Amino acid sequence: MVAVVPTSGVSGAPAPVAQRSSRTGYLLLFPGIAWLAVFFAIPFVTLFLTSLQQPVPGKSGRYMFGLQFSNYSDALAEYWPLFLRSFLYAGIATLLALAIAYPLAYFIAFRAGRWRSLMLVLVIAPSFASFLLRTYAWKTILSDEGFITSTLNALHLLPEGRILNTGIAVVAGLTYNFLPFMILPLYAALEKIDPRLIEAAGDLYASPITAFRKVTWPLSLPGVVAGTLLTFIPAMGDYINAALLGSTGNRMIGNAIQINFIQFRDYPTASALSFVLMAGILVLVFTYIRRAGTEDLV
Amino acid sequence: MTMQRPEMIAALAGTMRSSVSRRRLLQVAGIGSAAMVAAACGAGGDSGTAGEAASAEDLSDTDKTLNWSNWPLYIDIDDATGSRPSLEAFQEQAGIAVTYTEDVNDNNEFFAKVRTQLEQGQDIGRDIVVLTDWMAALWIENGYAQKLNLELIPNSANLLPAWQGVSFDPNREYTLPWQSGFGAFGWNKSALQSAIGSETLSSLDQLFDPALKGRITVLSEMRDTMGILMAYQGADPTNFTDDDFSKAIELLTQQVDSGQIRQVTGNDYIAALETGDVIAVIGWSGDMIQLGEDFGVALPETGGTLWTDNMLVPALAQHKKNGELAMNYYYDPVVAATVAAYVQYITPVKGAKEAMAEIDPALVENQWIFPSDETLSNAYVFMTLTPEQNEKYEREFQSAIGN
Repeated sequence: MVAVVPTSGVSGAPAPVAQRSSRTGYLLLFPGIAWLAVFFAIPFVTLFLTSLQQPVPGKSGRYMFGLQFSNYSDALAEYWPLFLRSFLYAGIATLLALAIAYPLAYFIAFRAGRWRSLMLVLVIAPSFASFLLRTYAWKTILSDEGFITSTLNALHLLPEGRILNTGIAVVAGLTYNFLPFMILPLYAALEKIDPRLIEAAGDLYASPITAFRKVTWPLSLPGVVAGTLLTFIPAMGDYINAALLGSTGNRMIGNAIQINFIQFRDYPTASALSFVLMAGILVLVFTYIRRAGTEDLV
Repeated sequence: MTMQRPEMIAALAGTMRSSVSRRRLLQVAGIGSAAMVAAACGAGGDSGTAGEAASAEDLSDTDKTLNWSNWPLYIDIDDATGSRPSLEAFQEQAGIAVTYTEDVNDNNEFFAKVRTQLEQGQDIGRDIVVLTDWMAALWIENGYAQKLNLELIPNSANLLPAWQGVSFDPNREYTLPWQSGFGAFGWNKSALQSAIGSETLSSLDQLFDPALKGRITVLSEMRDTMGILMAYQGADPTNFTDDDFSKAIELLTQQVDSGQIRQVTGNDYIAALETGDVIAVIGWSGDMIQLGEDFGVALPETGGTLWTDNMLVPALAQHKKNGELAMNYYYDPVVAATVAAYVQYITPVKGAKEAMAEIDPALVENQWIFPSDETLSNAYVFMTLTPEQNEKYEREFQSAIGN
């Protein structure tokens, strides 16, 4: 979230001025904090309370205040395979997106020259169309009678004989839909790299591969971390791709949450699932950032 | 974190149009209408009491307006101007300004949107809503629907016998049917011919033919899919037991696990039929008729399902009388025929068939608008479920088709 750090305690400044500026700082923080409180903190608490509600005896579909922690264990017991599948799909999609985005971002940052702005616009342009429409478009692209599927089928590369309504289609959709969130941070990180460092590596007899490994890649790590997070987190909670491009066996945890909210009207279970998902993502993200050792990089 | 972006929330309408859907253009119509599902994520209160619905002071006589929520493309539309002729005529005749909103895309989703207000005893700002049988039943049971003043609706006498005396509203005091339709088979004629050597589809045995593996879909509306499966197994969908339901779930699970059933969808199956990804489906009659001559529609020989969407007045509606006047107007046979000619669903109004002779003689013998008794006898109205049964069956159904 946005963290505006008040620039208080500027050394050497007279005390009263510093105090006033710090108060101004807090004042400037107010809209952000109010926003967070109204649109994050309060819903967050409500969601948590909902996740602990218990059914009203004798009234199906009604829930009241309670401390029913078993909502969590029940939800996990029933839906753990979907958590695993979401993790798997989102993980693969993130890796694929990284593999696709890195060369592209590299090219835009170092080689695109005067086409750079245009290429960046092209990366963002698909986002002007609705997320949903773009996903629908993939149904056409991957259609059984379409070019891609028939070509791959002619080569006998598809075990199920189709792409649409399989896990492959879901991962492809996730990769595509979140790709810009990978490209942009990567580009931002790569673009900041001073090309003279790479030249210097060459001058010191580093092969291009070594130069990339020792100079470019480490310096682009903040972009890699940001990009993978921005791709993985929304992909993990996504349900549109699974609903439109998947089949019966490809549901993700987002689909379970949605079905519980809308179809079963089982708000406690849906809330519990949302919380487990949030907690899971938080743990994953912290572990990841720790391991990547990038706290000082970012 | 599960709903990151407005589009995703909006997409709910697109993906979860599991219930009775109207025509394929909805796919687009749905996109805009659903940001509201966010409302569904609010906390569910518990203050509603079953029984009689609260009524508000009726402002109808002073405030000549009417707020009507209906399904998209479910009323006659003048394609040239985009206006709704029958509705315009009503406004002129009654002097009532109607705000007609096409914001019911899915029973569950619509209910999720207004549920909190209903439970807390607030006006939902609508004077007529149109809901499918089982959802209408839920509203009546929870006291969210007001008793109609039938004196203001003399035309309600035009309700055809087949629609009278439903279990959730035995005397039709709360609801009046708007349109009905069938859960039925639909298929691509030439593709079916080359796959199983038949141009027509009449039984589930054909649908579950291994030659169609991965090329069929069934509806995500539990009542339509399970009704057809149970009828096929010899059970009576209008009155079945837990065992009957379990047996049908077994069959469904088997077909899902074997990969025979490609997807379980709302009206996404229309697009899939068109692109050729899917050859045959269990779908909704009106939608499939729209596809044209290359596609066939038929009730399964063991029986299809019949559902009805009903008009009702929500609790605390402020223009109840105006709503009742509109209902009366739409129960005029000529008006009913006008609507049916456009939407191609079954009209429940007596005399509409005769009136249709004037409007579009070609449609008079159309079994999908004016089904004969024989056709109707081959379509089941799904048993009315208690909320407990509903939850149990929905869960069994969902776990059979997903996870």
